[in-house]
Amino acid sequence: MTRARSWVSDHIAMIIAVAVLVYLFLPVLYTFVFSFNNYRRSNIEWVSDGSPTLKHWANPCGAPGVCPALVESIKIGAIATLVATALGTLIAFALVRYVFRGRSSTNVLVFLPMATPEVVLGASLLTIFIQGFRMDLGFWTVVIAHIMFCISFVVVTVKARLQSLDPRLEEAASDLYANPTTTFLRITFPLALPGIVAAALLSFSLSFDDFIITNFVSGNETTFPKFVYVSYTRGIPAQANVIGFSMFLIAVLCVIAAQVIGSRRRGVAA
Amino acid sequence: MTTAIAASAREAGDPQLTPPRRGGRRRGWMPYVLLLPGLLWLTLFFIVPLVQLGSASLQSQWPGAPGYYYRDVNGANYLDALSAYGVHFLRSLAFAGMATVLCFAIAFPLAYAMAFKAGRWRNVMLILVVAPFFTSFILRTIAWRQILADEGPLARTLNALHLLPGGHITETWVAVVAGLTYNFLPFMVLPIYTSLERADPRLLEAGRDLYADRLTTLRTVTIPLAAPGILAGTLLTFIPAAGDYVNAELLGSDTSTKMVGNVINSQFFTVLGGYPTAAALSISLMVLILVLVLGYVRRFGTEEVL
Amino acid sequence: MATNTREAHGDLVLENVTKEFADFTAVDDLSLVVPRGSFFALLGPSGCGKTTTLRMVAGLEQPTHGKVLIGQTDITGTRPHERPVNTVFQSYALFPHLTIRENVAFGPKRRKAADAVRLADDALELVQLSHLAGRKPVQLSGGQQQRVALARAVVNQPEVLLLDEPLGALDLKLRRQMQVELKRIQSEVGLTFIHVTHDQEEAMTMADTVAVMNRGRIEQMGPPERLYDLPQTAFVANFVGQSNLGVGRIHGTDGDFIVAEVSDTKVRIPKQRSEIHDGEVMFGVRPEKVRIHESQPVATGNDVKATVIDVSFTGVATQYLVTVPSGASWTVYEQNLDVEPISLRPGDDVWLSWDPTHAFGVPVDEDGRKAALAEDGA
Repeated sequence: MTRARSWVSDHIAMIIAVAVLVYLFLPVLYTFVFSFNNYRRSNIEWVSDGSPTLKHWANPCGAPGVCPALVESIKIGAIATLVATALGTLIAFALVRYVFRGRSSTNVLVFLPMATPEVVLGASLLTIFIQGFRMDLGFWTVVIAHIMFCISFVVVTVKARLQSLDPRLEEAASDLYANPTTTFLRITFPLALPGIVAAALLSFSLSFDDFIITNFVSGNETTFPKFVYVSYTRGIPAQANVIGFSMFLIAVLCVIAAQVIGSRRRGVAA
Repeated sequence: MTTAIAASAREAGDPQLTPPRRGGRRRGWMPYVLLLPGLLWLTLFFIVPLVQLGSASLQSQWPGAPGYYYRDVNGANYLDALSAYGVHFLRSLAFAGMATVLCFAIAFPLAYAMAFKAGRWRNVMLILVVAPFFTSFILRTIAWRQILADEGPLARTLNALHLLPGGHITETWVAVVAGLTYNFLPFMVLPIYTSLERADPRLLEAGRDLYADRLTTLRTVTIPLAAPGILAGTLLTFIPAAGDYVNAELLGSDTSTKMVGNVINSQFFTVLGGYPTAAALSISLMVLILVLVLGYVRRFGTEEVL
Repeated sequence: MATNTREAHGDLVLENVTKEFADFTAVDDLSLVVPRGSFFALLGPSGCGKTTTLRMVAGLEQPTHGKVLIGQTDITGTRPHERPVNTVFQSYALFPHLTIRENVAFGPKRRKAADAVRLADDALELVQLSHLAGRKPVQLSGGQQQRVALARAVVNQPEVLLLDEPLGALDLKLRRQMQVELKRIQSEVGLTFIHVTHDQEEAMTMADTVAVMNRGRIEQMGPPERLYDLPQTAFVANFVGQSNLGVGRIHGTDGDFIVAEVSDTKVRIPKQRSEIHDGEVMFGVRPEKVRIHESQPVATGNDVKATVIDVSFTGVATQYLVTVPSGASWTVYEQNLDVEPISLRPGDDVWLSWDPTHAFGVPVDEDGRKAALAEDGA
């Protein structure tokens, strides 16, 4: 009895941790299970007489609208990622590598979008698009908005990577006859690259998953999250579960692959 | 997601990991060239819209022409908006506050276990914490709706045991707070984990040596070590939670759980002539959060969070 | 311009070099000539300006005033990549994403050497690491990384090779080994080596010439033996080895000696071994030059009564810590030549004596006064 109690108190943190992980995965599991539901009208209740079906996995585009929405989300995510990563990386370089007037105001300007609730960002963009710039809401307004909120996250990620680099490496390069351009191309950029890639992946996942801001500025444009939200009242097609769960799988596989490659790179000193 | 949050936690901890380098030639215009495109974008699509939103919040409606506005300095918009929707403001703060506290209570043991107990499972656990968030946020929230629904297993069991006072979980504030807690949990876990992971485990041993009992060690050693992460985590949880409306929309009821985000959303989209009100509410929310954040950082914080 | 300065050839010359940072002067009006092909050490405590001096030679810092020349070529104001100077950094600064071979070939490739890879392989052979050429830096031990850093600099055959505390991160045994190896490599390649260190033993074992730096200035420069035998300042007396010091007043001369009184004891210093010939002088004698006696020795003419504070037996020698009449603590090394060494204990009264030709005199300054009073033998 006391032994059992001491085992529990020794492992309490780990027990809680495992419970929390189960809690985190519960809705994912739900999404997964209901991707096999052989429902007729709406995918809310498990159809008890129907056995699990693979038909939604066999035809993920089977529900009207789901695949076009997915394609829009991927297109928006790709463009937003490309632009935000480029712009954010430049800012991060400036902040880490240079001392200049306005450095702290720049830090504040980069921080502010992250500290602003999404409804406010969405509302303000909607207002400027309609009242100020008089732009038609749609694909491009969504892209513009996504770039805006991704930039800050890119800056933070790349900045952290740059700050962890030894400044002596660049000195060593210039000491070894590399001019500033060569130093950047051969040393600084390759070393910053993992941070830049991480920032790009982060941007993509933020953009892909965004609903609140997108909903404000998208007009008739339908992204994947918006599709799911809008079809909620009618019941979400199981194909959305298939796609949602596949995104999860792809992401997890990417993370694992990155980890494995990373540990290979770090090398087992033979 | 991991990196950004970890990075922001790191910033909270170390104001200046690398001081600006001494030496070398630093040309005056180079940093500005690098900054120009990004800052231009942020100015054009963050600052200018906020200014426009501010001006919209002071606009007046053409009499007899709902949906048409003219430039004005109509402070009454704020008075009207806050008197009509003050309760939603308070509710947002209360819900976000509760969710933040719950997140901390759940995240701390998890982060602690990952940093000190997980050993070689550390990276696996890190992946597991982030992984669920690759499934769409909306999909997961809707999944919760189904799990917690009246006909779902949890509500049915609790009802059978007569443990559920109102008979429902969904359509109550409990479900909304639970949803907020779930959705923003990683934003709390990762920064705390990052600061604990960097702490020297020998410090904990020393603490245990000095105080013997675990609670004292926790209070005097572990929590102060995690402080920068806790600070970053509470901000990263509270801010989006206070502005959220999706959880209230999907998990809450029509009236008693609406948050300020829901009001802003519906004033913009469904209420004719709601524009100035929605703008005034947005500006108020932003100002309120900034004030709270600044006060909080002043009180507990380190420099580089801002 | 770039190729021009990169071809510079000859001795390294610093002319009245000063480096000021916002709030302090790191290097103060320093002039120096390092002959081509010599092994030169810059020795000093941390913050003395030695690393800043090195960085100015490398081009990583620019002097506030003064000039840096190689032979007749003024390289002041040129950038690091425009100088025939290479550095072995303290943390090695190996490029983590490149293999060892690519690291070493980096310099030759930038200078457009046709056979960069072959040069790199030769340099790796010189440091005996050919078998690791395909590895990444993280896969190497500290000592191996150190040698790669050296190869990466040597491969360029620079006019001046700078070593910034290159052995600081190695453990003692490896450090001794690398000292020998660095010396071998230097004599093999015949380049000018400037070695920055705070370890006086390292500087003395390796360098032909040692410059002792303190507070941005060179206190004394010369061959190691000379620095040890005849320090010219109290700082050098204490930084290069240990010294027993005492502040005295000069009373007169006695043949080739000057006579000074240190706390009522008359001591003699050879005239040519004293920087000072009247007024106040700092008297000094090295610990191993002092004999310890249980009773007053006869007719040495240079003896002092003292009290033992501490005795530590180190095998080859015994180190005594004693208090002399001035109140200062002196250290005495006594070689254990006898089968039964004298057994002294703390509290015992003893006499100290030394050959007056070993004494030296340096100017009295604040450093020295402090050292003379607080000398704790450490």
